[in-house]
Amino acid sequence: MLVHSRTGKWATWAVFLLLFVPLFAVPLLVVLAASFATNWSGAFPSGPTLDHYDAATAGDSLQALTTSLVTAVTASLAALTIGTWAALAAASLGRRGKRFLDALFMLPVAVPSVVVGLAVLVAFSQPPVLLNGTRWIVILAHTVLVTAFAYTSVSAAAVRLDPMYAQAAASLGARPSYVLLRVRLPLLLPSLTAAAGLCFALSMGELSATMMLYPPDWTPLPVQIFAATDRGSLFTGAAVAVVLMAATLLVLFAVSRIRTRASYR
Amino acid sequence: MTGGAEAVRGGIRFDGVSVAYGGNVVLDRLDLTVEPGEVMALLGPSGSGKTTALRAVAGFVRPAAGRVFIGDRDVTALPPHKRGIGMVVQQYALFPHLRVQDNVAFGLKAQKADKAGIPGRVAEALELVGMGDYARRYPRELSGGQQQRVAIARALAIRPGVLLLDEPLSALDAQLRSGMLTELARLHRELPDVSILYVTHDQVEALTLADRIAVMDKARLQDCGTPQELYRRPRTEFTASFVGNANLLPVTVAEPAGTVDFAGHALAVPTGSVAGGATATLCVRPHLVGLGDGPNALTGTISEVQWRGSTHRLYVDVDGHRVKADVRELRDTPVLGDRVTLHFAAHDAVLLPQGAGASHG
Ligand SMILES: Nc1ncnc2c1ncn2[C@@H]1O[C@H](COP(=O)(O)OP(=O)(O)O)[C@@H](O)[C@H]1O
Ligand SMILES: [Mg+2]
Repeated sequence: MLVHSRTGKWATWAVFLLLFVPLFAVPLLVVLAASFATNWSGAFPSGPTLDHYDAATAGDSLQALTTSLVTAVTASLAALTIGTWAALAAASLGRRGKRFLDALFMLPVAVPSVVVGLAVLVAFSQPPVLLNGTRWIVILAHTVLVTAFAYTSVSAAAVRLDPMYAQAAASLGARPSYVLLRVRLPLLLPSLTAAAGLCFALSMGELSATMMLYPPDWTPLPVQIFAATDRGSLFTGAAVAVVLMAATLLVLFAVSRIRTRASYR
Repeated sequence: MTGGAEAVRGGIRFDGVSVAYGGNVVLDRLDLTVEPGEVMALLGPSGSGKTTALRAVAGFVRPAAGRVFIGDRDVTALPPHKRGIGMVVQQYALFPHLRVQDNVAFGLKAQKADKAGIPGRVAEALELVGMGDYARRYPRELSGGQQQRVAIARALAIRPGVLLLDEPLSALDAQLRSGMLTELARLHRELPDVSILYVTHDQVEALTLADRIAVMDKARLQDCGTPQELYRRPRTEFTASFVGNANLLPVTVAEPAGTVDFAGHALAVPTGSVAGGATATLCVRPHLVGLGDGPNALTGTISEVQWRGSTHRLYVDVDGHRVKADVRELRDTPVLGDRVTLHFAAHDAVLLPQGAGASHG
C-alpha cells in the first residue's frame, strides 16, 4: 500500500473494514450463524444445534455435494482443455482471428445464463443428440458457461508469454508438440491453475441454468439450497450453504497450493 | 525425427538472402560465407539487420529471397527444430521451470538422444563453461554471467555444427564482459570445428573474438574481412568510422596522382588506383596521428581535449575540419585554443574512392 503515515494507514484500514465487513463478511457470518440455530426471532439466533449439519451431510444433501463436485470438476477440466486449446490457437492466429475467437468466447458471459440454459435445453432435447434428462446436459451447460473464463485467463497469459522460450526450445531441436508440453504449458501453469479454480468456483455456485436442466437424479448443491429455502427450511439451507462454501474453499485452497509451487521468479 | 540429432559439419552460407517486414526491407541480398570452424562477427549499429540475418539461419524468419545453407544442406525451407543449430540470445531464455541440468539436457531429450549418455553429456557441457557446481540450481538463482554460461552450455550440449550468438554479452557489466570475452575465445579453441556467427554492435568484441568481421549497415553488408584488414585497410567510409572511429578527410587527388589536396594542404599519401582529379576520402586512425612537426603536417587549433588515462584525445580544428589525434599522455596538458601541428606517416593513411560502399562477399 502506498500510504506511509501512521494515521493514514489507520484511516485506510478503517475505511476498508467499514466497506468490507457489512458488504462481504456479515452476510456470510449470518449464514454461518443461522446454520447452527433452531430459532432466529430477535436480533440474534438462539438454540444452538448441529442438527442441520446432520441433515446437510447425509442423504440427499450428501448426494448433492457429490453431484456438485463431480459436475464442477468435470466441467472445469473440460473448460480448461477447450479454453487452453482455443487460447493457444488464438495466440498463433493473426490479430483478426484472435479478435473473432475473443468475441466468440465472450458470448456465454454476455448472454444471461438462463438463456444459455434454455439454449442447451432446446438444442439437446431431441435427437440426434438427446441429453435431456441425463447428467450430461447439466455438465455441458456448466462447461459452456465457464469455458469463457478459462479462455480469457489463459489467453491473457499466452499473449504475455515471451516467444523466446519456445524459440529457444525449437533451436534445441524440439518438435512443436514437445515445445508445447515441456515449455509452453509448464510456463502457463500458474494461469492454468488460476483458471481451473475460477471455473470450479463458478460451476459450484451455478443455479439459474442448472434449474432448467437438472434431472431428478442429478441435483447439485445450489438447487438443494434453493429447494430447502423454498419450502421454508432456512436453517437447513444455511447449513447446506456452509457445506457448499467449505467444499469450494477447500478445493480452491488446494489449487492455490499447486499454483504457488508452479510460479517462478 | 530427421536431422537435428546428428551434428552437422560447420559452415553457414547466405546466398542472396533478403528479408522484409511488410514491404520494409531489413536485410538486403546478403551474400556471406562462414567457413567451418570460423568465428564470424556480424558487426553493425542497432537496427542494421544483424539479428534478422541470425534469425534467418535459425529459421525464425523466412527469407523473401535467397537461400541459407548450413554445411552443405539447404535449410531455407526447414523448420527451426530440424536445423541442428545452437543459439544463445541476449536474454538467455533459460527455461525458468527447469533446473540448470534439465535446461542443458533439454535439447538432448527433445532429440531423443541415448538416455544413458545424457547425464554425462550434461556434465561435460557444464564443465566446459565452468558451471559444474550449479547443476541443481534454478535459473533465477544464478547471476547474469552464470545464466549466460548455462545458456551456452545448453546450446553446446547438442553438439551443433554452428553456434549462433546474438549480443550474448550485452546484458553483462563491463568487467564481466571482458572476462566472458576471454572465456568465449577459450571455448572456441576447445571446439575448433564449430562455426560461430557472433552478432554484436560492439567493435571491441568483434575485433577480439572474430576471425573475420562482416560489417552491416542499413540492411546491407558493407565490408567483410579479418579484423586487421578492416582496421588497417578499410574499404568503405562506414567501416573506417564504425570500426576504430577513423579520421575521414575529404580530399582531391592531385594530377598527376601521388599527392592529395586537403583544404589547401598537399599531403603525400599512396593514391593507389584512384585517378587524378577525383575526390576521395582520406582515412587516418587517430592513434597514428602524432603531435609535432613531421611529414604531412597539419596545423590547427585545439577545440577539445579528452583525457583517457594513458592517452589524450585531441580534437584539432584544421581549416574547418575536425581532426582527431590520440597522443601519449602529455605532461603539459594542452589547452583549448592552442595552435598545434599534427603529422602522420604516408603509409598509415588509406585513400577511399568516393562512393566506396559496394557489398563484398
Ligand atoms: N518482427 C519485426 N517486425 C517488423 N520489423 C522488424 C521486426 N524485427 C525487426 N524489425 C526491423 O528490422 C530492422 C532490423 O532489425 P534487427 O535485425 O533486429 O537489427 P539489429 O539486430 O542489427 O539491431 C529494424 O529496423 C527493426 O525495426
Ligand atoms: Mg539485434
